[in-house]
Parts: sequence; C-alpha cells; structure tokens
Amino acid sequence: MTGLLALIVVILFVVTLWQMSKIFKLSQFNKKTNSENAQVADDKDNRINGKLMLMFITFLYAITIYCFWNYSKFYLPEPSSEHGADYDTLLFISLALIMFVQVITQALLHYFAYKYSGKKGQKALFYADNDKLEFIWTIIPVIVLAGLIIYGLFTWSDIMNFEEDEDAIVVELYAKRFGWQARYAGEDNILGNANVRFIEGANTVGVDESDADAMDDKITTELHLPVGRQVIFKLRSQDVLHSAYMPHFRAQMNVVPGMITQFSFTPSKTTAEIRDTDYMKDKMATIKEIRKEKNKASIAAGDGPIDAYDEFNYYLLCNKICGASHYNMQMKIVVETQEEYDAWIATQKTFGSSIAAAQE
Amino acid sequence: MAAHAATADHGHDDHEHHHEQTFITKYIFSTDHKMISKQYLITGLVMGIIGIGMSLIFRLQLAWPDHQFTIYEVLLGDWGKDGVMDPNIYLALITIHGTIMVFFVLTAGLSGTFSNLLIPLQIGARDMASGFLNMVSYWLFFLSSVIMVLSLFVESGPAAAGWTIYPPLSALPNSIPASGMGMTLWLVAMAIFIASSLLGSLNYVVTVLNLRTKGMTMTRLPLTIWAFFVTAIIGVVSFPVLLSAALMLIMDRSFGTSFFLSDIYIGGEVLHNSGGSPVLFEHLFWFLGHPEVYIVLLPALGISSEIISTNARKPIFGYRAMIASILAIAFLSTIVWGHHMFISGMNPFLGSVFTFTTLLIAIPSAVKAFNYITTLWKGNLQFNPGMLFSVGLVSTFISGGLTGIILGDSTLDINVHDTYFVVAHFHLVMGISALYGLFAGVYHWFPKMFEGKMMNKNLGYVHFWITVIGAYGIFFPMHFIGMAGLPRRYYTNSAFPYFDDLVDVNKAISIFAFITAAAQLVFLYNFIHSMFYGKVGSKNPWKSNTLEWTTDHKHIHGNWAGAIPEVHRWPYDYSKLNKDESDYVIAGQDYVPQTVPLQDNEEEMHH
Repeated sequence: MTGLLALIVVILFVVTLWQMSKIFKLSQFNKKTNSENAQVADDKDNRINGKLMLMFITFLYAITIYCFWNYSKFYLPEPSSEHGADYDTLLFISLALIMFVQVITQALLHYFAYKYSGKKGQKALFYADNDKLEFIWTIIPVIVLAGLIIYGLFTWSDIMNFEEDEDAIVVELYAKRFGWQARYAGEDNILGNANVRFIEGANTVGVDESDADAMDDKITTELHLPVGRQVIFKLRSQDVLHSAYMPHFRAQMNVVPGMITQFSFTPSKTTAEIRDTDYMKDKMATIKEIRKEKNKASIAAGDGPIDAYDEFNYYLLCNKICGASHYNMQMKIVVETQEEYDAWIATQKTFGSSIAAAQE
Repeated sequence: MAAHAATADHGHDDHEHHHEQTFITKYIFSTDHKMISKQYLITGLVMGIIGIGMSLIFRLQLAWPDHQFTIYEVLLGDWGKDGVMDPNIYLALITIHGTIMVFFVLTAGLSGTFSNLLIPLQIGARDMASGFLNMVSYWLFFLSSVIMVLSLFVESGPAAAGWTIYPPLSALPNSIPASGMGMTLWLVAMAIFIASSLLGSLNYVVTVLNLRTKGMTMTRLPLTIWAFFVTAIIGVVSFPVLLSAALMLIMDRSFGTSFFLSDIYIGGEVLHNSGGSPVLFEHLFWFLGHPEVYIVLLPALGISSEIISTNARKPIFGYRAMIASILAIAFLSTIVWGHHMFISGMNPFLGSVFTFTTLLIAIPSAVKAFNYITTLWKGNLQFNPGMLFSVGLVSTFISGGLTGIILGDSTLDINVHDTYFVVAHFHLVMGISALYGLFAGVYHWFPKMFEGKMMNKNLGYVHFWITVIGAYGIFFPMHFIGMAGLPRRYYTNSAFPYFDDLVDVNKAISIFAFITAAAQLVFLYNFIHSMFYGKVGSKNPWKSNTLEWTTDHKHIHGNWAGAIPEVHRWPYDYSKLNKDESDYVIAGQDYVPQTVPLQDNEEEMHH
C-alpha cells in the first residue's frame, strides 16, 4: 500500500516537472519573448491577478464561514469553573472584535487590489500623507485596545489574585514524568513540607516524614474536587517543567522544579452534570462513532479491540514538553458533590499510615 | 552627512579597472556584499528545504498517527523502524524545524540576504563598511548551519526540547537522550550563529549611518533600509542575551552550576543543584525570543513596503508614520517578552504589565496595515509576483496579528497557551508573512542578484496562488483545534479518545501542507532555471526609483562604474504630477528616480 502511494507520489512529481517545463516553454514562445519586458506583468496579467484577488477573498470568507460553521462545535463546553464564565465572555468579545476587523480589512485589501489593478494609461493618485486619516486610525485602536486591556486586566487580577475562602481546600499537584499525583492537605488542611530530597522508598513524592502536618496528607492518583468549593492548587515538579492544563476549567499553570506555583478556581459543574449536557452527549456520540470504525480496523488488523470510551471525564493534561511520553501525561479529574467527595476522601490512605505500612 | 559620503567616494573612483579575482576570492571567500547576499540566500534556501521537509514528516504523523509509513524508515532510519515514528524523533523534528525556520531561514536567509544586497545598493555605497567582517559573518553562519545539520546525525538524536530549549529538560542528558550530544551541538551552533548575527548587524548599522551617498538623508532612505537598520539594532540589543542564556545553560550542563536548576530528582537520584530557576532561563530566552519575532518580520515589512509602493505606482502612504511604526514596534518588542510567560509562575502583577505593553504593539501594527491598504487605493497596481507576495504578506500579517490580541491578553492566554491556537497565530504572523517577504524580495531583486536575469512570472503566479490558498488552508482551521484545547507538541492526539473528533481537521491541514510544499518546488525550479536561463530584462525592470536600479547588470566590485550617484529626493515619487497637473513630473514617465534633481515644474514636498 505504502509502496503504491510512494509510486503515485513519484509519478505525480514527474508529471508536475514535465508540466512545468511545458508551461515554461509555452511562455518562451510568447510573441514578446524577445522583449526585455517579457517577465514584467502586462495588462493581461494585472487583469487576471486582479480577478484572482477577488476570488481569493471569496475563498478566505468561505473558509472562515466553513470553519466557524463546522468547527466551532469543537470549542470547549461551557466552563465548569466560576471564573470560566468571565473568561469566555472576554474571549467572545475579543473574537467578535477581531473578526469584525478581519472581515473589513481583508475586504478592503483585496477589493482595492482588484479595483485598481493596473491598466495602460491609468494614472495612480499621488497621495503621500494625510495626518487626519492617520490620526484616526491610530486613535481608534488606542481606544479599543485601552478598553480590552482594562477589561482583561480586571479579569486577570480576579483570577490570579484570588482571595482564600475559609473552606477552601488545598491540593498539591505533583508532576513527574509522565504522570500526576494529587496530595490533599488532610484534616488540618495544611500540607506537610516536601522536597525531592526526601524521596526514598515508599515516600515517592518527597514528603517530610518528620513534619507532623504531613502525616494526615493523602496522596492520590485521581483528582477529586467537591463542586462549589474553592480549590487552591500548589504545583510542584519532581524533574522538569510541566504544565497543568485543565481546559474545561479554563485553568493552566506551569509546574516548575525549584519553586511552588499556584492557581485557584471553584468548580461549578459536577462530572455527572457535564455528562448530561447536550454538548457532551453530542460529542460523545461522535467520538463513539469514530471509535467504532477504529475498533473494526484494529480488530481486522489483528491488534484486538481498542479501549472502550463510554463516558466523559474531566482531565488534566501536561502542556509543557517534558519528554517522549509528554503526549500521554494526564490525570482524571472528578467533580462531585460534597457528600461523594467526603466518602471518597475517607477511603484514601493517609501519608502516615502508608509510610508505617511500608516500614513494617 | 555629506562629509561621510565624500570619504566613501574616496579611493574608490579608480575602481573601474577591475582586479582579477580567482574562483576562491570571487565565489567562496568573497568580501563583495552582492556575492555574500547570494551565499546567504542559497544557504537559507537549503536550510529552508530541510526545515519545511521536517514539517511534512511530522504533519504526516499528526494526520495519520496509527498508520505506518515506510518513508519514516527511509528518512529517519532506526527512529522510524517498521514505519512507526519514534516519539523522541517527533520532538526532535519539531525542535529542529522551529530552530531552522526561525534562525537559519527567516533571520539569516531573509535579513542576511537582503540587508547585504540592498543596504549598499540602496544607500549608494560601494560596499559594506567592513567587507571582511561581512565575509566572516557569512562563514560563521555557514559553520553554524553545518553544525546544526550535523547534529541531525548524532546517534542519540538532535536536540528535542522544543526550539525554546527550556531547562531542565535541555540541561539534563538523562532526561531525554537528545539532551546529550544533540543539545551540545545545538548550543554550539547557536552560539556561532549569534556571533555571526552580531557581526552582520553591527556592519549594517555602521554602513547605514556612515556610508550614505550625498543627499541621502535619513528621511530619504527607502523603507527597506529603515527596516534593516532597525532590525540590526534590535539584534545587537537582544542576541547577546540569548548568548548569555546559552552560556549559562552550557555551564549548568557541563560544569555543575545551578543557574536554572534546583530540587530535581531524576533517573533515581537527587541532583545536587539548588537555587536556580528555569523561569530565569525563560526570561533570558524570551528577551531575545520576542524581539526575534520582529527581527524576522520587520525586514519582510520593509521589503513589502518598497515593493508595494513601486508596483502600485504610488508613494507609500504615510512614509513618516511607517518609520515611526517601525521604531515603535522595535522599542516595544524589547519590553513584551513576558507575554510568553503569563502562566510560567512569575508574579501575576508582571503579567499585567506585559499585557499592557503587548497590546500596545497592536497600535503601530494597525497603522502599518492601514497604510498598506491606503497605498493600494487608487493605485495602478502592477501584479508582478513580488507585488502579489507583498499583498499576501499584508493579508497574513493582519490575520495573524489579530489573534495576537487574544494571546497577548494574560487572561485569555491561560486557556490557549501552548495549544494549536498559538501555532496558528505565530505561523501566520511571522512564519508565513516573513516567508512571503522573502519570496517577494527574491522575485523583485532577482535581476539585481543575477545580472539582470528575471524569474519567470507565470511560474511565479502559480507559486503564489497555490501558496496563499494552501497557507490559509493549513493555519486557519488550526485556530479551531487550538480553541478545542488541543496542546501543541503532542506526538499523537489519539493517545486518549477525547480528541478523536479532531483527526479529520488534522488530515485536512496535512493535505494542505503537502500541496503547499509542492508549490514551493515550482519556486525552486523557477529560481534555479532562471539563474542560468532567465531572460535578461531591462536595467530597471520594475521602473523603480531607488538607487540599486541605476547600477549595471554586470556585477562589479564597487557597484557603480563611475561616481556614486547623488540623491536629490525621497524614493517614492511615483505618479507625481507637475505643477499644473497636466502630466507627470517627467513627461510620459510615472516615476522620478532618486537621482533626478528637483525639476522646475515640480513642487517640493517634505515627506
């Protein structure tokens, strides 16, 4: 199969070369071959390329409409965090604005290119300056951008300089190649000290065993979050740079060895709730359809069935290049009710007990 | 300035009798700026073929991740065993693709080529201020290209930490095999590249300041020269910072220092390093990295300004505003680097500052875009291939620039950072735009490089139209998969099912990429064919005002056979009418070269 493909590519390539040399020869037979202006655009070239400019702007609008029509469904579902709504509003305002400018300026650019394509005898207008015009199109972006900057900065400051709620839960996200772990602060809601220098044996995330605050910490491989309660993430890396990307929560922060970074949000939609949205039902139906085909192909190829994918789960992705399996470094996130969360966290072992168990 | 010009004249007027040159002094160790510019161009094009070729290989992988392609095994050897691409080599491909395209093609290939060719020719100088340094600059660039290409053949693979080579990944050979010898060679190649770039830039700055011919005041310089001049200044300001970052990284790698490393457990042991920070590296890297975007883009904008004005048969609209924009962009470009680091863990307050400065750049950029559009208005547009690419550049500059408003906003960056949205944005605004600038320049100044020969216009049209459609076909849909939250630099997007519905978009993008790349073969064919068999055109084929078109076809050392021409006006007197508006200033000719003195029937204007 690939051999055939390669052959086709080679043949097409040869044909292209052959056709190109034909075009080249044809252009040499042109009457004006001997004129030294043979390779300078003449009226015919200007006319054709002017029309092509018009066709091109049609193409550009067509691809824009096509993409918005068919691909805007790919945009993430409504945010599952409280600040996410502000994020999306700002995004849509900015998008509307840039699409407006895009449509107008591209139209002007290509329309002028068509309208004023050169003709013999046509006189161009000697028009070198106009202070008023230039002032206008300096001041308009200034005003619009000032608005965007101010709006953006308020949102930014709300997200980044968050206030700590009294019942906020503190979770450490621990990144190492190529997986994530979460460390819950336990009953005292204080994370015990930690450093890679404490890594030894069962103590794989380097928690300080002599720190009393650490004993009730709980280390898990899934991230469970109660809905409606603020989470404060403390991010720590074991080896290289990573980035904790939680697109559905409009949240991302790099994980930097040698320092602890932080981010905070309040989940607003449980996993069950988002599974039940029309958006997610449609998306899952599409993906299942695709995977059915894949499954067939995989079985036919003798590789056996592929993993089932029945229900959606939130996820956390690594988004900073970290090595060969960077593309597959993720963690499942579950947003649930307070009761469900309490029940789950109760089943998790404390750090103290797992260390004690390992020492026995 | 006249005094300087006079000294430049000196001792060169007797240059008409040409000293014999051997093959080596003419073609290899040449100190002639025209030959050096061709050397830059051809080296840049060869690197471009490698860089674009790599992108095709990984586009194949991204579109058909589950498919086996023998081509991997053919091209990548053991890294593509049985037609399956190794994830390590995928990372290496994107890393080297980025490095080659940004530095070797769009910095050296674009700015190196046209600064060398045009600065002396357009300001009316016999050559660069220092021909020898110029030669050294090229040969350092060549050496660095060779080392970069050699690094592809290292057993443990070329550098694979992304073109931004963030430590600790790039600093620790036991994190990925590619961070061993491959990374060392990358750093060595880049250090040499920086030396080359600095020598080149200093030469450009000195030449523009000191060797302008009589009458060529700063406000009579073509916009190309302004762009090259300012680009060189940004290069001198920012490249040394990258050198220091590279040196510190080398020390961290080889001498046990801890500039960028702290608290690391890798390969089963704790490293001794303590107190450093990768964020420091990010600051140093982007202090060059962001100005670098403008080092790439400004020459392209300069080239397109010149070509659009010439082919529109109109003065560039708002000449002074264009210069002011170049200066404003250059200044701002050095204080916005933090917008690459909004979520790096740096203080959010800094994020606010960088959002502010970043969005300010939109203002001079908007002025430039509007000025281009107004230049087309009521013109008499001559669609030579160079003109088409210049118009294409304005189009992608707008499309790509606008999405910068989203990425430059710290809030919005949170969720699109390091996704395909970023990839789409920077490829359009700097990659494609700068490539269009490069193509525009090659088509336009080909006669100046190859003794009057011209490239075939019809092949140029084929090249242009396939390329513009293809480029939008590649990068426009990419915004949408980025907004879907698809991270960049993923070897495959099918490792988990959530992104399965994006596969079709990735296929479409790849198909567009292959078609677009095939169109570049038309360009290569045209370029090589015309080099040998191109039709010789007239001395001034595009009826341009600038000085380079007053030289003869035949290249001579010293550019002008006689005295250096004197300049009497700005370069944009296209379609200027005489006082009673009955005809052009020179009857029947819609342009007034810079060498023509002010006519009696003409109004003097101060642009």
